[in-house]
Amino acid sequence: MELLVFKALLVLVVFLVSLGVAAYATYGERKIAAFLQDRVGPDRAGPFGLLQPIADGVKMFMKEEIIPSVSNKWLFILGPCIAMLTACMTGVVIPWGGELSIGESSFDLQIVDLNIGILYLLGVVSTGVYGIMIGGWASNNKYSLLGALRASGQMISYEIAMGLAIIGLVMTTGTLSLKEIVHLQDAGYANIVYQPIGFLIFFICAFAELNRAPFDMPECETELIGGYHTEYSSMKLGFYLFAEYINMFISSAVIATLYFGGYHFPFESMTGLEGNLLTLVQVLVFMGKVFFFMFFFMWVRWTIPRFRYDQLMHLGWKVLLPLALINIFATGIIMWLNGSLN
Amino acid sequence: MSPSTYVFWFLTFVAVLSALNVVFTKNAVYSVLSLIVTFFAIAGHYFLMNAQFLGIVHIMVYAGAIMVLFLYVIMMLNLNETFETNKDTFFHIAAVIAAGLLLVTMVAAFAKTDIQMQSMVDNSEIGYLEELGKVLFNEYLLPFEIASVLLLAAMVGAVYLSKKEIQV
Repeated sequence: MELLVFKALLVLVVFLVSLGVAAYATYGERKIAAFLQDRVGPDRAGPFGLLQPIADGVKMFMKEEIIPSVSNKWLFILGPCIAMLTACMTGVVIPWGGELSIGESSFDLQIVDLNIGILYLLGVVSTGVYGIMIGGWASNNKYSLLGALRASGQMISYEIAMGLAIIGLVMTTGTLSLKEIVHLQDAGYANIVYQPIGFLIFFICAFAELNRAPFDMPECETELIGGYHTEYSSMKLGFYLFAEYINMFISSAVIATLYFGGYHFPFESMTGLEGNLLTLVQVLVFMGKVFFFMFFFMWVRWTIPRFRYDQLMHLGWKVLLPLALINIFATGIIMWLNGSLN
Repeated sequence: MSPSTYVFWFLTFVAVLSALNVVFTKNAVYSVLSLIVTFFAIAGHYFLMNAQFLGIVHIMVYAGAIMVLFLYVIMMLNLNETFETNKDTFFHIAAVIAAGLLLVTMVAAFAKTDIQMQSMVDNSEIGYLEELGKVLFNEYLLPFEIASVLLLAAMVGAVYLSKKEIQV
């Protein structure tokens, strides 16, 4: 019972933190974009424009809600709901920190430790494409449909390379549980040392799965107006945009967990920290890693121009996919030579 | 009834209802969406039986990949109710005969089979990835490899058919 209450609270905390981080990621993105383009960025609402996300949120809610009369009403509403749902579902398997002790009992800062954690992540990612497809089709608009088709083609193509990149990681760690993977990295080195190519492929695919620049074909403004969310307004548009930022937060967390030691940090045992203090530092370190990758996502977006669609497909199918396969073979051969296979 | 029984009946209800909707709805996109719901309900059944791996792979492969391609193609064709042409009576009769034959085959198959109920042991680990891997790569290695070769052959065939001209 105690455990159940704690887990329920943790679900709530993870949910609220995801929303909060996503809200401030929009502010962060605008500030970073402004810095890279030698502008000031939002600075009107509150000190340094810190209340800007709240102002944006209020604006989104107050705008007129339009459902096109030729659209398919229920599917039109279902689209952003699915996008938001799948964005929030992935935070469940991520270990956010070590053990937290309250009174006599201690709890893990992870909602569930599935022994198929990585597959769960891939499963949720693979269903995330429905939000975009249904929304784009239900809008009954050529631009929306084109955006949805591009998005689904892109996401299916890069999912394959992403899955194959993870196989290399699963081979070296021998487990699919995210908690186990984090523990193994504490005992040895971070997985990036064993799987540098796998990490690179995974990272590139993460950009494509998030539909972010340089792979933001589904919504590229110059060609498709707004892509799949052309017809959306008010908070339904807000949901789509918000889901993208939540996804960015979660993918950064996944990258930090899988390849950069999760919540562990170097020389952890030498610091002499114990108990809840250690857990607190671990959570902060993990968040630091996550924020670094979120910054990286934004940095790339405002630095590299957009790919062409055929270039995107070429990169996905003819470069990343063979590279991921070679990575699997190379990992196998090295493990065989090391004698770590038995 | 235990909570899992309630979940079982709920999932069964959803699965059957959405499966019927696949057949009865006129709009092709609704059909596909109903089929996706059916797959999720069946994946839920796998989870209830502690077959986590099977459940998640079911979602990944069927709901996450195959149905996305289905939806993709249907959206490209943009089938509407207005486009639906009246089919020949010949097609109607042929369809009824084909479906009737399938029904007869299935009824015959079920009548012949001796259905054995195997009681599920709680916390049985047979559906876990480790156990499944051991069985798959020891006892059933040959069928597993043959199945993978079959898939490869299908893939090569699809690529061959999609090329308009093959230069030898």
